[in-house]
Amino acid sequence: MNQIIKIEIDGQVCMGQKGQYLVDVARENGIYIPTLCNIIGMKPRGACRLCTVRVNGKLMTSCTTPISNGMQVETKSEELDNLRNGIIELMFAEGNHFCPACEKSGNCELQALAYRFRISVPRFPFQFPQRDIEAGHPLLIKDHNRCILCKRCIRAIKDESGKSIFAFTKRGPKVGISIDTTLSAKMDKTLAQKAVEICPVGAILPRAQAFRSPIGTRKYDKTPIGEEESSKKDPVAL
Amino acid sequence: MTKKITIEPVTRVEGHGKVTVHLDEKGNVTQSRLHIVEFRGFERFIQGRPFWEAPVLVQRLCGICPVSHHLAASKAMDAIVGVTPETISPTAEKMRRLMHYGQIFQSHALHFFHLASPDLLFGIDAEPARRNVIALAMENKELASQGILMRQFGQEVIEATAGKKIHGTGAIPGGINKALDPQDKDRFLNGADPLNAAKMVDWAEDALNFFLDYHKKNKEFIDNFAAFPSNHLSIVRKDGALDLYHGVLRAVDTAGNKILHDIDYNTYLDFIGEEVKSWSYMKFPFLKNKGKKEGWYRVGPLARLNTADFIPSPRAQKAFEAYKAYTNGKPNNMSMHMHWARLIETLHAAEMIETLLQDPEILEGELIREGKRQSEGIGLLEAPRGTLFHHYQVDDNDLISMANLIVSTTNNNEPMNQAVHLVAKEYLEGQKEITEAMLNAVEVAIRAYDPCLSCATHAMGKMPLKVTLLDASDKMLDEKLKN
Ligand code: SF4
Repeated sequence: MNQIIKIEIDGQVCMGQKGQYLVDVARENGIYIPTLCNIIGMKPRGACRLCTVRVNGKLMTSCTTPISNGMQVETKSEELDNLRNGIIELMFAEGNHFCPACEKSGNCELQALAYRFRISVPRFPFQFPQRDIEAGHPLLIKDHNRCILCKRCIRAIKDESGKSIFAFTKRGPKVGISIDTTLSAKMDKTLAQKAVEICPVGAILPRAQAFRSPIGTRKYDKTPIGEEESSKKDPVAL
Repeated sequence: MTKKITIEPVTRVEGHGKVTVHLDEKGNVTQSRLHIVEFRGFERFIQGRPFWEAPVLVQRLCGICPVSHHLAASKAMDAIVGVTPETISPTAEKMRRLMHYGQIFQSHALHFFHLASPDLLFGIDAEPARRNVIALAMENKELASQGILMRQFGQEVIEATAGKKIHGTGAIPGGINKALDPQDKDRFLNGADPLNAAKMVDWAEDALNFFLDYHKKNKEFIDNFAAFPSNHLSIVRKDGALDLYHGVLRAVDTAGNKILHDIDYNTYLDFIGEEVKSWSYMKFPFLKNKGKKEGWYRVGPLARLNTADFIPSPRAQKAFEAYKAYTNGKPNNMSMHMHWARLIETLHAAEMIETLLQDPEILEGELIREGKRQSEGIGLLEAPRGTLFHHYQVDDNDLISMANLIVSTTNNNEPMNQAVHLVAKEYLEGQKEITEAMLNAVEVAIRAYDPCLSCATHAMGKMPLKVTLLDASDKMLDEKLKN
């Protein structure tokens, strides 16, 4: 039998089930905690650290923290906002994110987060790294300039035998995520499309499909990221 | 002792430039140059990017006429995906034309009302505090507000077609990403006064009449200021009509003889060369059959009305007939008549907007087409400031391997230098001191070409103007600064 667990998030009593992660319980209770690497329904990785909150006074990533009875959670504070914005700004500074020409613009989670948190210029100096574009695959282009190493593609895009089609290459500052040419040889259009969609930024691109959605109809044109969660009227009743 | 006079920067042009005038011992003007010191490198950094990014990326060259770059690059990318101007869907072509004429309308309105009219209304010897758009608004409220609303209308047309007023995404390789929303059509056609197409046609005609009236009273200045013979080049429709979106390349010489015979623009490299000079980042294009010395040409409104046989919209055609009659049907070489030509085009753009809005195909139909993939694409169109060339090569992995852009202002490089030289000779020869009027005259001559020297709107007569006098060894003799 499912065991109900009661916690408090930002002073609001919330309920979840034993084994659920904090980020999911918050969402189900209408509280938005920003994420980037998290995929709903998949085992968390805690890669991006964006969902960091204070749990009983300690900084924890909410995607990897299972709830427990009586947990006191704080998701909003000047300190947390500053930490979170810092992470987003680091991502912008570390890669080459040129939103004006990026086809993911309007559908990009990183851009949407920057808008939501009103980030205009990163506090860190731009690194302008020299990165290339992998364009040999027949269905997909991998643009290393924009990859934020969230590993969503590695975790979600697998071949029939369950092997990841995307994999890490190199190490340290040169680390990148590439398409495995052998494993991806049999990739069909549906899986390729799934890869495009799973990528929160414009690092996995379909061929010649760009800019087909007019401005005004893209995912975050009208509704800011996280709005769906935070506008949920009906938190789980006590 | 020889002197070098530097005028820097030039105000009320898009971007900034610097003029140097060399005087010899007797004070004669020996050489004048318009230096373009901006270097933006778009041709280089588009390399290695997927080809479908080009229309959205290269439009960032400019904040005044990004639509021109957006559409020229889209035309080139149509070729890459195997779509030609003949096979593109009617809805896509009409939407693009509407976007383009919206842009011509707003850019021409901006130029005339905001950038040029202070020169005309207050005269080139007026003090700088008066020669700007703010003073214009104070003294001619109606004219200034018409200018603002015309620009607004044009920008709203762009927004309805491209998704944004500046730097939209409407055109994509092979077509367009949406048809016109019927609500927008209705708003543009039947919107409350004055923001509707019919009113814009009337206002464009009023602006033209304002100029004609001014011309009557200032014939000497308008007809003679920086006038010089030249060749003229533009796109024309196959039947010789003025067409700003698509056509064949035609050039005429100063007497009106055709020197480029309606060629398919895909062969432009056979006919047009570009010369590099050490003192400017901007190249100097020329017609190969005439050579570097004789082959330079003008582009833009003046050139277009010299190459076109007629204008395919009634009120602009009527104005065109009067314009042509003024030079007995011969090419018009008077730099300041650029304003006249620009206003006739503004009227034409308004008429085209009205016509396109009434076309049912703009509301629905096929948006994107595809054909046989090509590795090279060339797209040309007539931007507000003149012929714009976009040329790309794309590799087997869909990445751009070569880009060559010849922008309107580059085409007008030599003509602007010619204009500066003429004015310098007239105003600076034998002079020891630089007066405000002289500086202004140089600026006015350049501004007639509406040069777009960079990506953003600078200044409304507010930019500092630095004047430096240098001797032969580049030692500074004097310096003047006006804010
Ligand atoms: S390609 Fe996209 S999904 Fe994969 S790691 Fe990079 S950003 Fe994440």
